[in-house]
Amino acid sequence: MSVKPTSFQPAPEAVLSHSEDDVTTVSTSDDKSGDDKSGAGAVPARVSVSWLPANWDRYLVRLAALVLAVMAWHLVSVNEVSFFLRFENVPNPLVVGGEFINQLSSQSFYLHILHSMQRIAIAYGLAVVIGISLGILMGRSRFAEDVILPYIEILRPIPAVAWIPLAILMMPSETASIVFITFLGALFPIVLNTVHGVEQTSKVLVRAARSLGASNMAILRHVVLPGALPSIVAGLAIGMGVAWFSLLAGEIISGQYGIGYFTWSAYTLVEYPKIIIGMLVIGALGSLCTLLVRKGCSPLLRWQKEGARA
Amino acid sequence: MNMVATQDDRAVLDNKHRFLPQEASGKGHISLRNLDIVFDTKSGPHTAVAGASLEILPGEFICLLGPSGCGKSTLMNSVAGFVKPRSGELLVDGESVRGPGPDRGMVFQQHSLFPWKSVKDNVAFGPLMSGVGNREAESLARTFLSLVGLSRYADAYPATLSGGMQQRVGIARALANYPRVLLMDEPFGALDAQTRTMMQENLLEIWGEFKNTVLFVTHDIDEAVFLSDRIVVMSASPGRIIADIRVKLARPRHADLLTSADFMEIKRECLALIRKETLRAFEQQNQK
Repeated sequence: MSVKPTSFQPAPEAVLSHSEDDVTTVSTSDDKSGDDKSGAGAVPARVSVSWLPANWDRYLVRLAALVLAVMAWHLVSVNEVSFFLRFENVPNPLVVGGEFINQLSSQSFYLHILHSMQRIAIAYGLAVVIGISLGILMGRSRFAEDVILPYIEILRPIPAVAWIPLAILMMPSETASIVFITFLGALFPIVLNTVHGVEQTSKVLVRAARSLGASNMAILRHVVLPGALPSIVAGLAIGMGVAWFSLLAGEIISGQYGIGYFTWSAYTLVEYPKIIIGMLVIGALGSLCTLLVRKGCSPLLRWQKEGARA
Repeated sequence: MNMVATQDDRAVLDNKHRFLPQEASGKGHISLRNLDIVFDTKSGPHTAVAGASLEILPGEFICLLGPSGCGKSTLMNSVAGFVKPRSGELLVDGESVRGPGPDRGMVFQQHSLFPWKSVKDNVAFGPLMSGVGNREAESLARTFLSLVGLSRYADAYPATLSGGMQQRVGIARALANYPRVLLMDEPFGALDAQTRTMMQENLLEIWGEFKNTVLFVTHDIDEAVFLSDRIVVMSASPGRIIADIRVKLARPRHADLLTSADFMEIKRECLALIRKETLRAFEQQNQK
């Protein structure tokens, strides 16, 4: 196996610190000798009313903050405030709400969502498979890293949006070009985070595995991959965010369907309430997808959570 | 933790019949002949171990004692197969060491358990790698966990265990392959004094069952005297073996030995000898 100095630092945006919500870093360095762990897993009970969620008072504040914003939006748009920001053309929340209910019974609304979701699924799926494979290859082999890294370093700074003209020229269909752009967006954070995770493989654990008779493949499967997983999962979550960003750019510029196209055509067709509906749907779908990624990966990181709790 | 451990440790005696320590006994003869270990560094070659010669008989408990950086861990790593000697001969049961292998079990200082595997799966890893089926590996793991008194923690993740417990899992994991040699690299170095003494007693009890060869690296002279049949003393830069002291203390040994006059006497002899040899090695260095 190759032991490499950490000569390569992935871009800061790709190496998300794992402290974001459910991906927490485990500190394995503190010595816990002398603790009695018989009560491991016990959470101090908090006195609360059973039918209310814990921290309900804080959720109430958060809800109130949102309601306040919606009310402010309503007031400025109803009164057509125009002071630097112009609200004459901004539909008020009631109009948007009414239009949303309309859209819910329109078939094309769902078709737009379906198209976007399909593109995300294909592009993201490809990015996950290719990104993790490349990342492992680069993390484990100095030669592979030397071959692949220049491409990544050159292509990564080019935003997905900048690829659109070339993608349209090169790809057989509009959908293919949008999928390509989305794929590119998701690929880089996944590759870089996988490399980062793989390169952090603990030498002691590799030695331990070797002295227990593990082959190279077994070390990859039992030591390298699980060890890199927290970093990979962070990359997957970032990748999903970038994938949505790139998808939207593609759909706005060159789509015929998709929620990005829906939002942009609402502007060109002067159907302003649909702009805001499009925006909110994009936000909701993006969050939903990132949530799915995190929840889908969390069983794989159970060891980390339990370790952190102890 | 102390109370839990002593309670669980009775399991050691109850489970004697369930494993087969004889599989590894009678083997584990280590010969080092004029071994040099050299590392290439930026400032040129660095000799970590120079001209080390040592015969270790099957079933002997050897402590490698010396100050930090004297090359004792490096010497052990060469027996483990992680470090290749520049010159000299390194044989285990007459075979030259070519790389790491499950016949030489290794216990590391700390943080060497796979954090994503349960305690049981950690111990089962070696047997699994040797091609034993899942079921067999799991039952071996349970047996060896009971040997170190940690049956109750089979399904826990390592990070939820105390440092001492983690090291016992490490010992169980290394033994589950029935190694002819057990290599221990300051395994109790990160533990507090009370836990350490208990772990030492524990280790001797387990070793009493297996009687395999143990090579134990430490910089703690009390630990070396308490545990070993022989103490091999090393001096620093370059790492040389400067003394080989036989510890004539009867076995089985228990913690009360640590305060006995016999122990003190032997420790005093060791210290005097180490001092003498260290000074001599130092003078030799200066003459060069």
